[in-house]
Amino acid sequence: MAILVTEKTKVLVQGITGGFGARHTQLSLAYGTQVVAGVTPGKGGQAFTHEGYSVPVFDTVGEAVAATGATASAVFVPPAFAADAILEGADAGLDLVVCITEGIPVVDMIRVKRGLGGSKTRLIGPNCPGVVTPGTGDKSQGGCRIGIAPGYIHKKGHIGVVSRSGTLTYEAVWQLTCRGVGQSTCVGIGGDPVNGTSHLDVIQMFMADPETHGIIMIGEIGGSAEEEAAEWVKVNGTKPVAGFIAGATAPPGRRMGHAGAIISGGKGTAEAKIAAFEAAGIKVAATPSDMADTLLSMM
Amino acid sequence: MNIHEYQAKQLLQRHGVAVPEGEVCETAEAAREAAARLFGSGQTLVVVKSQIHAGGRGKGTFKSGFQGGVKLCRSVEDVHEKAGKMLGQVLVTKQTGPEGRLVRKVLVAGAPDIRKELYLAVLLDRAVGRPVVMASTEGGVDIEEVAAKTPEKIVKVVVDPALGFQPWQGRKIAAALGLRGELMSQAGKLLKGVYDTWVQSDASMVEINPLCIVDGPEGKPRLVAVDAKIGLDDNALYRHAEIQAMRDLGEEAPLEIEASRHSLNYIKLDGNIACLVNGAGLAMATMDIIQHFGGSPANFLDVGGGATREQVSAAFGIILSDPHVRGILVNIFGGIMDCNVIAQGIVEAARETKLALPLVVRLEGNNVEMGRRTLAESGLTIISGDSMSDAARKVVKAVAA
Repeated sequence: MAILVTEKTKVLVQGITGGFGARHTQLSLAYGTQVVAGVTPGKGGQAFTHEGYSVPVFDTVGEAVAATGATASAVFVPPAFAADAILEGADAGLDLVVCITEGIPVVDMIRVKRGLGGSKTRLIGPNCPGVVTPGTGDKSQGGCRIGIAPGYIHKKGHIGVVSRSGTLTYEAVWQLTCRGVGQSTCVGIGGDPVNGTSHLDVIQMFMADPETHGIIMIGEIGGSAEEEAAEWVKVNGTKPVAGFIAGATAPPGRRMGHAGAIISGGKGTAEAKIAAFEAAGIKVAATPSDMADTLLSMM
Repeated sequence: MNIHEYQAKQLLQRHGVAVPEGEVCETAEAAREAAARLFGSGQTLVVVKSQIHAGGRGKGTFKSGFQGGVKLCRSVEDVHEKAGKMLGQVLVTKQTGPEGRLVRKVLVAGAPDIRKELYLAVLLDRAVGRPVVMASTEGGVDIEEVAAKTPEKIVKVVVDPALGFQPWQGRKIAAALGLRGELMSQAGKLLKGVYDTWVQSDASMVEINPLCIVDGPEGKPRLVAVDAKIGLDDNALYRHAEIQAMRDLGEEAPLEIEASRHSLNYIKLDGNIACLVNGAGLAMATMDIIQHFGGSPANFLDVGGGATREQVSAAFGIILSDPHVRGILVNIFGGIMDCNVIAQGIVEAARETKLALPLVVRLEGNNVEMGRRTLAESGLTIISGDSMSDAARKVVKAVAA
């Protein structure tokens, strides 16, 4: 089953005609993902074509959903317009909106989160690599790739990966794949301080998913989302979970690239997160090179 | 982005928050004139405050030996003298590090008669994804200490962003602070003003410490923001031209300014092993793994997901400007970006800079074989790492040798 998306999920791309959106739509099509529509206001009626694929472009998400039955969206809209694009996706009744955009103002995301309250739409991100459920084909082709992760590093299998960081997710996935171990679904929840889906949300989905047998949870300094997830795992965990926390050497008060990666007021340190993981029975990899081996040692 | 105290007070004033009357001055002579105006308008006490982006100014020490970056003065001449001892001097506080900060401006302001000091801040509560207003009767001290020792003295009110700050929330906080009678309605207006400053300026934090009850006209109590600190959300600066204009490049590390020009995320640290990485999480993890194997990272450097040859070249320039650097670790997981392009960028940069330091490169991902060949055939002494841990071990060893 995997979580969030399967190879059958119909995906639309908001911002399909922009350079970044177009490039990754091509890669998703090549991966075998069901990209059924694109949305760019003012370009409705055009078609996005790539190596034999032709994806219709609509002016609004509502029109795209009505015409194609898409249930999930990838948002590649520039930061100033991304909050609005997410809310449009929710209004159109999408199950899932994955926002890749980096640099959305926090105040906008606070409003988006409030606006999504009570709606059925789940937001992943923003500032995230997206979601991949690997397929059964060569280099995991035929799966569902929403976002910017490299598809070929994946392999279909039974490990769930959740992370705030893109490249650290790839690192963990590649370590698994190189050891012949596949993944059920890999979820990048994004590096911003206000996001749609937390570590805890994803961990709960993995625990409930019969296809997922073990989990790698990657966190970083800032906030308390990792502690919250660990607290839940301590009480409710039924599957092995390995973890890694980035930023043990980060100085306090400085934002480490990600808007959310900051130790402020003595809160959000790597030490506290690692302690919370260990207290919950989550085995912490000593270095980022050991993420896969740490999990496999528990299975 | 951070701004100075005087700028924070300007933003607060626009939202109806009272601040002590004052002027920002760049010379001792200007400070003398400002002081003359303040004393002339009836002030009996004037404060001279060094303007730097760091806390602990009052207890700081100038490298000249002069004590204190904040001074109370009773005469125009006193203000002139104290301003002269601060301007152009380097102030070291617990937040500046031993190198300190050059004081280029002082705020000369009236120092009201303070009856009580309170604490007030608006910031993001990440756990709920909403703004929270935090207040305490314990003003003028380190709020982290209050939170640790007497958390019951801090009141927190989370604001629904769709509703904005509500009058009842103002009364709730005022009551908790003991602001009753006519101070209660004053507090309500002030709290709304501070909240609106946070939202409308796209601030990451607004902190007023202390917020003071002072003697106003006719002996009536009045609420005044005696100190103020505002941090701003960099992602929202595009919609605030007037706040962008408040940026003080003199307060930022030159290498970090240079890095931001190339869309590189660089933060200088104290170690001697430089790193160049794609992705913020991986960049942090690379610093961590250097330390894990006994080394010490010289910087955080994220070249982003789609690094170009030009960026790699600029990144090398920045790394090598740090005189403490004894070795370089490049860690790239090129999921989609072409590893060979990165490899060419590395070779080019190493040649241009006539690199003499040990360079360890770990490349993984798209077109990695070509990338590794480019490095191997470059004729340069580049040590190749198979994994992050292998690369980290090698660079630590090379630097120790």
